[in-house]
Order: sequence, then C-alpha cells, then structure tokens
Amino acid sequence: MTDTTANGAAGSQPDSGPMLAADGTPLKVSLARALRRQKLRALMLIAPLLLFIVITFLAPIGDMLFRSVENNIVPETLPRTVVALEQWDPESGEAPGEAVFEALQADLLIAAEKKIHTRLGSRLNYETPGISSLFRKSGRRVDDMEQGPYKPQFLKIDEDWGDVEIWRTIKRYSGAYTAGYFLASVDMEYGADGPQLKPEDERIYLTLLWRTILLSTVITVSCILLGYPVAFLLANLPLRTSNVLMILVLLPFWTSLLVRTSSWIVLLQQQGVINDTLVTLGLVGDGGRLELMHNEVGTIVAMTHILLPFMILPLYSVMKTISPSYVRAAKSLGANDWTAFWRIYFPNTVPGIGAGAVLVFILAIGYYITPELVGGTSGIFISNRIAYHISSSLNWGLAAALGVVLLALILVFYWLYDRIVGVDNVKFGG
Amino acid sequence: MKSIKLLTTTATAAVLFAGAAQAEETMTIVSWGGAYSASQQAAYHDPYMEMNPDVKIINDESSAEAVAKLRAMDEAGNVTWDVVDVVASDAIRLCDEGLAMEIDPDEHLAPAPDGTPASEDFGDLLVSDCFIPQIVYSTTFGYRTDVAAWNGNEPSSVCDVFDLEAFPGKRSLEKRPINNVEWALICDGVDPGEVYDVLGTDEGVDRALAKLDTIKDDVIWWSAGAETPQRLADGEVVIGSTYNGRLFSVIEEQDQPVKMLWDWQVFDLDGWIIPAGLSEERKARALDYVYFATDTQRLADQAKYISYGPARQSSAPLVGQHAELGIDMAPHMPTDPENAKTTLLYNYEFWADNRDDIDAKWQAWLAQ
Amino acid sequence: MADGAADEYIVRFENVQKSYDGETLVVKNLNLNVEAGEFLTMLGPSGSGKTTCLMMLAGFEPATHGEIYLKETPINKVPPHKRGIGMVFQNYALFPHMTVAENLAFPLQVRGMNKADAETKVKRALEMVQLPQMSGRRPAQLSGGQQQRVAVARALVFEPDLVLMDEPLGALDKNLREEMQFEIKHIHENLGVSVVYVTHDQSEALTMSNRIAVFDDGIIQQLAAPEVLYEKPDNAFVAQFIGENNKLLGTVKSVSDGVAKVDLEGGGTVEALAIKCGAAGERTMLSIRPERVLIAQEDMPNRLTGKVVELIYLGDHIRCRMEVAASKEFVVKVPNSHAHAALRVGEETAIGWVTEDCRALDVR
Repeated sequence: MTDTTANGAAGSQPDSGPMLAADGTPLKVSLARALRRQKLRALMLIAPLLLFIVITFLAPIGDMLFRSVENNIVPETLPRTVVALEQWDPESGEAPGEAVFEALQADLLIAAEKKIHTRLGSRLNYETPGISSLFRKSGRRVDDMEQGPYKPQFLKIDEDWGDVEIWRTIKRYSGAYTAGYFLASVDMEYGADGPQLKPEDERIYLTLLWRTILLSTVITVSCILLGYPVAFLLANLPLRTSNVLMILVLLPFWTSLLVRTSSWIVLLQQQGVINDTLVTLGLVGDGGRLELMHNEVGTIVAMTHILLPFMILPLYSVMKTISPSYVRAAKSLGANDWTAFWRIYFPNTVPGIGAGAVLVFILAIGYYITPELVGGTSGIFISNRIAYHISSSLNWGLAAALGVVLLALILVFYWLYDRIVGVDNVKFGG
Repeated sequence: MKSIKLLTTTATAAVLFAGAAQAEETMTIVSWGGAYSASQQAAYHDPYMEMNPDVKIINDESSAEAVAKLRAMDEAGNVTWDVVDVVASDAIRLCDEGLAMEIDPDEHLAPAPDGTPASEDFGDLLVSDCFIPQIVYSTTFGYRTDVAAWNGNEPSSVCDVFDLEAFPGKRSLEKRPINNVEWALICDGVDPGEVYDVLGTDEGVDRALAKLDTIKDDVIWWSAGAETPQRLADGEVVIGSTYNGRLFSVIEEQDQPVKMLWDWQVFDLDGWIIPAGLSEERKARALDYVYFATDTQRLADQAKYISYGPARQSSAPLVGQHAELGIDMAPHMPTDPENAKTTLLYNYEFWADNRDDIDAKWQAWLAQ
Repeated sequence: MADGAADEYIVRFENVQKSYDGETLVVKNLNLNVEAGEFLTMLGPSGSGKTTCLMMLAGFEPATHGEIYLKETPINKVPPHKRGIGMVFQNYALFPHMTVAENLAFPLQVRGMNKADAETKVKRALEMVQLPQMSGRRPAQLSGGQQQRVAVARALVFEPDLVLMDEPLGALDKNLREEMQFEIKHIHENLGVSVVYVTHDQSEALTMSNRIAVFDDGIIQQLAAPEVLYEKPDNAFVAQFIGENNKLLGTVKSVSDGVAKVDLEGGGTVEALAIKCGAAGERTMLSIRPERVLIAQEDMPNRLTGKVVELIYLGDHIRCRMEVAASKEFVVKVPNSHAHAALRVGEETAIGWVTEDCRALDVR
C-alpha cells in the first residue's frame, strides 16, 4: 500500500478506498485545496460589495425588523416593578399593592434621573392612552416623595395609578419581547382571553392590506396592457426609431417623482385639464365633473404611469430576443396574424410579462408618496401607514411589524408566482 | 441594544464629513422651508451672521420629519443638527423621548426690554421644558368669495363648513383628527369648554366622527399645508382649513378671491428646540443663536415677512408693516383681538395621550 | 407563354424587382420558373439576393415590382398563411414552448384537422425523419441535427406542394450536414414535393439539386443542372464560385469557329472555347478545372511549363500547386497512379489540356 502511494498511482486502485493524489492525500482534499485559493480570490473580489450590502442594507433591515418584537424598554426602565408585578393577578380587579409601588418608586427615581421615563410613557401609550402623561407627571414629582408607603402618594399624583387597566398593560408588556406589534398590524389586540380582533371602528390594517394588494394588482395589469404594445413596437421598429421611442419611455425616469405626481394632479383634478376638456367638448356638464383623483382612480392612473417603464423594459428585452422567424414559421405553417401572435409570439413573451409584473407589483405594493398625494382616502396603501408610524407617531415597532407583514406578503406572492409561472421563466433580458 | 450599537458604527462613517464640517463654525438650522424659512432668514439668520462673521448657518428643510430624523440620529450616535424648528407637540414628544435638551428660559433666553424675565414674557406658551416658543399660528379656514351657489352669502361661522345646504361645494380638511374633531363637536352643540372632556370618551369620538360623516363625501383631505391654498386658488374646493400664513399669502400676495374665516381658529405654537447630546461648543453656539433669535425685537421683525404672531407679549406692540406689501400686519395676526374672538388652543397633553388611539379610529373611519 | 407549358411550373417569377431603401435594387429583374417536383437551389454569396427571393416567395417581403405566380395564380397579394408553402428556416424556428409533437401538430391544428388524424400524421412525419421517440421533448432538448429533422418534418407534415428551405444546414457540423443533405434529398425524391432551397454552400447545392440558380448582385448568373454549371460555366463568376477553378488571364488574339486563341499574361499562347470572351484584343479569363489539367504528356494542343510549388498528398490524388504563366495559384489534381512519375517541389514540368476543357470567359 505504501508502495502504491509512493508511486503516486492515484486512482489505480479504485476499489481500495478514496482516490489519492500523487502525494498521498485524498483527491477530494487535494482538489478542495487547489480550488480554495481560487474561491478566496473570487471572494475577495466581491468582498467590498458584500460588506457594503451587509452594512448598509442587511444590518439596518435586520435591526428594523427586530424592532417589531423588541420590547426591552419596559424591563430595562422598570426592572424592579416588573419583578414585583409577577405576584399580582390582574383578574383580582384591584390595583397592585404597596410592594409594586415601592418598586415603581425606586425604578421611576432612576428613570427620571436619566430622563427615560417619558420615553417609556410614549411606548406604553401606544397600548393604553393616558400612560404618556401619567409617566411625565409622576416622573416630575417622584423626586419629592417622602418615605413610604408610596401607593397613596402615587394615587395622589394621579388617580389613574389605581386603574387596573394601566397595570394590566404594564404587566402584559413587561417581557423583553412582545407579539403586540404584530397583533396590532393585523387589527388585533390582547383581550381578556388572549388575542382578539379590535373593535370594528378601529380596524384598518387588514382593509389597507387588502386594498394594497387589489390596487397593486390592478396597476400591474394596467401596466401589462399598456406596456405590451409599446414594448412590441420598440422591439420591432428599426433601431433608429426605436431608440428615439426608448428615450420617451425613459424620460419619466429623469423627472422627479413629485413633479410627475403633481402633473397628474393638474390633469386629474375636478378643475383640471381633463375635466375642463370634457366640459368644453360638452361631454359632461359643468356640475357633473368627474372625480378622477382623491380616490383609487387617481392612484391607479398616476402609479400606472410611473411604473410603466418597469414593465416595458423587461418586456422589451425579452421581445428583442424572440426571433422573427418564429412568427414567420407560424404563418408559413398556415396561422393567421392573430393565431401566430397568440399561440407563438405571446407564450414566448410570458417570461417578460412575469419579470415586469413581479417588478411592478413589488414596487407598487411599497409606494406611498403618490397614493398620499392623489389617493385621497380610498386610494392609499399600507405603506402610507408605515410612513405615518415612522415619521409622525414614532411607533417604529408597529411600523416594523407592518413592514414584516408586507415583506411576508411579497414572499407569499413570490412563492405563488413560482408555483404558477415558475421563477425560471422570469427573464429580465436575453 | 446591541443592534443599535451596530447601527451606530455603520452610520458613523456616513456622518464623519458632517463632523469635519462642524469645525468650520457652521451651524445647521432645521426649519420648514418656503416662505417661513425665508422670514427666518431675513429676521434671524442674516442679522446673526452679520454680528458673528465666523459663523455660517446652513439651512435644512426637514422640520416635517424632525422627530423621526432626530431619533434616528440619536440612535446612530451623531446628531448633526444644532437648532430645530418644530411645532409644540413635536417639541413635547422630543422632550419625552429625551431627544431635546431642557431649557431654563430665565437663564438661556433674553428678558424683555423692560426687564421682564423671559419666563413671564412667554408665559403659558412655554408648554414644554425643551421648547422655546417663536410664533403663534393658527389653523383656520379660507373660503372663495365667488361661489355662485351661495347666493351672495358668505360663511361666518366654522359651523358653516358643516352646512352643505347653505354652502355647497367641496371642503379641504386636514387628514388627521386634530382640530377636525374639535370643530365637529363644537358644531354638534358641545360647549367649547368641554370639548376635551367629551373627546376623552369613546362616545365623544364617535359623536365627532358622526358629525364629520355628514360632510365626508364632500371633503378632499390634505396632508401638506400648501394643498388647501392651491385648491382654493384652482377652485377645486370652496372652503378649506390651513395655516393662517398660507391664507395670507393667497389673499394678499396672490390676490385670489379668498377670504379668512377666523371663527374657532386653533392656536398652535412653533418654536425652537436644541437637540440633546451636542458637544459643549456646539451647545454654546446654539444657545447663543437662540438667545438672539428669540429676543423681543427679532420676534417682532419676523412678522414683517409672514403673518404669524410673535410668541412674546413684549413683541406685539413692535409689529409693523409687511416688508414688501407695506400693509399693516397687526390685523392679519391670528392674535389680533378682532380675529381672536373665538379660539381654541391646541391641547398638547390631551393629544399626547390620546393621539394614537383617536388616530386609529380616525383612520378606520376614513377607510370606510 | 403557352398555357400547356405553364402547367409544369409550380412557381414563376416574372420581372420581379426588390428594393429595401428605394435607391438600390437587391433583386434586379428576376425571371425564374420552378418546375413541379423539382429541387431547385438558389446559390450565391451573402447579399446576392437569393434569400430575398425566397422571402418574397414565402410572402414575408413584398415584391417592389413584378409578379410571382404559384401554380399560375398571382400571389403578390396573398398573405403568407394562405400560400400553403412549407418552409424550413435557417435556425429551424422550432417553437421553444411546444414539444416536438405540438410543433408538428401546429400546422394541422390551424387547418382545423381533427385530433386523431393530426396525431397519425405527426407520427408518420416523425417516422419519416427517424425521430418517433422524440415527440414529447422540447426543441431545446434536441441536438442540432434532430432539431433540423423536426423542422423538415414540420414543413412537410401538412403536405404542401412546395417547400422552401433557407440555409437549413448552415448551423450543423460538416459530417451531420452531409448526412442531412442526403436525407433531405431522399425525402424530396420519395414525396415528389417541389423544393426551393437557398444556400451559399456550392457543394451542398451540387449534391442535392436538380437545377441550381447561381445568384450574384441580384441577378441569376446561370441557371442549370449541377453538372452543366460545373462543366460549362457561362461566365467567370460561375466558374469561380462553383468548384475549384484555375484562372489564367490573357488577351484574345483571334476567335474562329468558337475557339479563341489567347496570349497569356505570363507568356505563351493557348486555345480555349470562346464562351464569353469578346473580340480580338480584349482581355479574357481562361477557366480550367484542376482535374482536367494533364501533366507531362505528349501531343497536347495547349502546352505550358509549370513549376511545382507545393505538393499535398490526399490519398486518392495529389494536389499540386504550381506556378504557371503569371499565376502562382495554379492547382493540378494528379491521380495517385503508377502512370504518373512522382513530382518534386521545385521541379519544372510540362502541363496541358484539351481545348474543350478550357473556357475563355469575361474578366471580373
């Protein structure tokens, strides 16, 4: 055996164990070693991009998503209270006893010193209104409290401290993690017997989610209907003409989104260009001007226009690769123009439609500026709520949860798409 | 917390440049842009830079997203703003979040010329420990004067907004519950003094929304202050709420057939905050600027350029004429006695506590 | 034209012209008849107008002027799908989203044939091209040769009278190409269908065709059977384009009885058949095939001296490149037989030919 290895007769004895390289190491190890250098070099080439993506994209997104369940602020700000509350049963119908208030006083004293009690107040106010001012008020006075008992002193500051609902909220959100944001993002809340749907007049996100899907679908379909002929024209005209047309298609890309949306306002509003024209032509009366914006129509029209290039470009690049001889062959075989198109040309453009549809749908589902400006109340998307919670209400946890729901939704659609059309059939170009 | 540290390190590189720029005595002042920023430039920034040639003021028009951005900057560990112009409710929020530094008015702000301490001169308008009031503005209505269907009548009460029979046409209202629910309750017969007690109950909110339901189909909602003036000018709406300064500009500067309806205007405050966690050097400079920019004369000066009332009592007598139009500004101030017969003051505490809750109901109502 | 004769023609081009840009003619006044059951090849270099002619016949390009008749019916205004012409495309144009069987069934479906009949026909067509087991595959899963066969089968499955083939073998490697040539030829013979075939490969054309139309510059230079084209080219282009050709330039000295005396540029005077050489004093190109040149034989009418430059042993014959007159590319194919003395590089030897094998043509 040693003899064979020394001779370097690799592979001469295929039955006697793994293949060996000339120096006696297994061939697989040897090969891996030889390839490692190559892999390392390849990795080094993409390392800057990889690092860039991880740092600027994956890490912040991961951090944001983490906020949808993170609830450290409560146990960190009120460590003693949280522990003391474990003994309290909300079903007793009475506010906790002195032990909890003593812990609260100790926690609040430190929190007020660090000025983080108001922050906790805002956090808990998302769950039960009134806690924000309760903490603000109490934090200011906790300094002046006398030696216990503390419960009466707290009740003196605000009688809400005796409210079971307030304590129930604090207890419920005393863990480092919470499902509360996710419940809220699907119009649910913690009730007496666990999660339940919110009262009907406070449900909003499921409606918005459904509307977002519906309108995005309509927009995607409109983009297909409008973009297909244009892409066909682009792919089949002589190069010089199609280049000019291509510039027209790309022109909107070079205009600011706000400008484009504002132009739609000028066109669509009741005193706008379209209505004025219709009135001048006598097609509608001055009193019966059409409502073309501040509703879903406005959103669909403006967003279809804005997203159209994202449909045309993949369609165009797929159509460009379809040899004209397919249609010619079909015609020579006896198919008329329509049959040749529908049975031969169209099926070959499906990958382009797929790519464009995925692109447009995903972009549409996340849009919020355009719906905000032209959508009124019936044409706004779930992203508008996310933006609101990010920039106005500062409820980033809920915003993150809504973002996760949206992301999950897109993944579900992607999966559905894969099942129905097949992701391998998506082509962005030749 | 670890994840936040990660964010911190990642963002550090991005703000290194900003950090370097700070060494050259620049000060980033954040405001709302447009005519409002222009009035601050003329009344505050230009004279301040003249007095302090080594300071360069950089304008940033991010006030609308100031709270979110400050929070993000704070988490990233590098605040690049020095002075930020925000509405009072945002200032309260920033103070609650620990994102704005606390100000002692008598220590940090100029007394009135007659020696009255700043805390007295600003009085009740010091609604937060972090907030330095600058102007009083109001959200109120403007209406077109050429609506044929009104048969020559003009609305005289905020309740005319809810009267579709006498005053048909589209209305422009802000896409948020604040102000709208108060007006709705007042016009539904609630005693103005008890508006917030009523609103504090679920039934009260339902009552307000039910009143708003009567005009909902004729409302176009706005989210940016410029929308109502534009819609009034286009004839897209016949009556609409917005900030009084915006209406002043439509009426006096653009000469549109629009008039003010001051009835039950809602006063709100706008002013400065200084972000928490600035270096001593930057903090000193920011305080120096704020001391200058909020003295009696400066606040009165701003009213030459825009029709918002100065927040100091001592500034009121100094308000003069518009810098370009040459008209007397006093009658255009929301605080002018003639305009301020019936007013509401934005209830900061109520809305800080109840905004999230009422907003959820509001959004659900809108989506119906 | 007599009606009786016309029945023979399945295709007739009458004064057909084609221009794409309105400035230059790609096809200049084409007149061409294709007889029923004939295998006619349009042969020419790229840009010679042959493919354009095919496209006009198929209906994908309109004729700028003139008329094309299919079985004596003018078809200029008939759309392609109503012409009933089968066509095989350069890159096969098999529909990638359909299986082989679906591809073949397509022309039958659009003709409204019922499913059972269509299946039978598809099966038969696949057997004809020896691919019955491939019916369930997609084109991408087939080799080039298999795709080619499917394309041929598809063009024939609806039993057209006429099949057009546009360089169908261009993408195949040499061996496969030769195999396919025979296969297509056999299919043609078995079915009796008329074929118009376009290629730029002259050996392909010679192998398969009944007649070949040699195209150049939008004009048919010569239309004849393969052997005629090779043996008796009408002009210098055809002589050069078809097969291997030796050309010698010279000046016509005299012409009599169809035989021209020519002074060669490198010196020497030879005789050749006066095919297209003009009158005395004009320049001419002599064309002689390499295998018709004789070496070191007595009593030849046309004798020259050649110097051997290169010898290539090719088994059945030896390819000898020589310097003859002014030409350094004069090739002689010497049969590998005992009768021939072994030639050596650098050696000078006498060469010659019979007058009938040398043709005096135009100079291009």
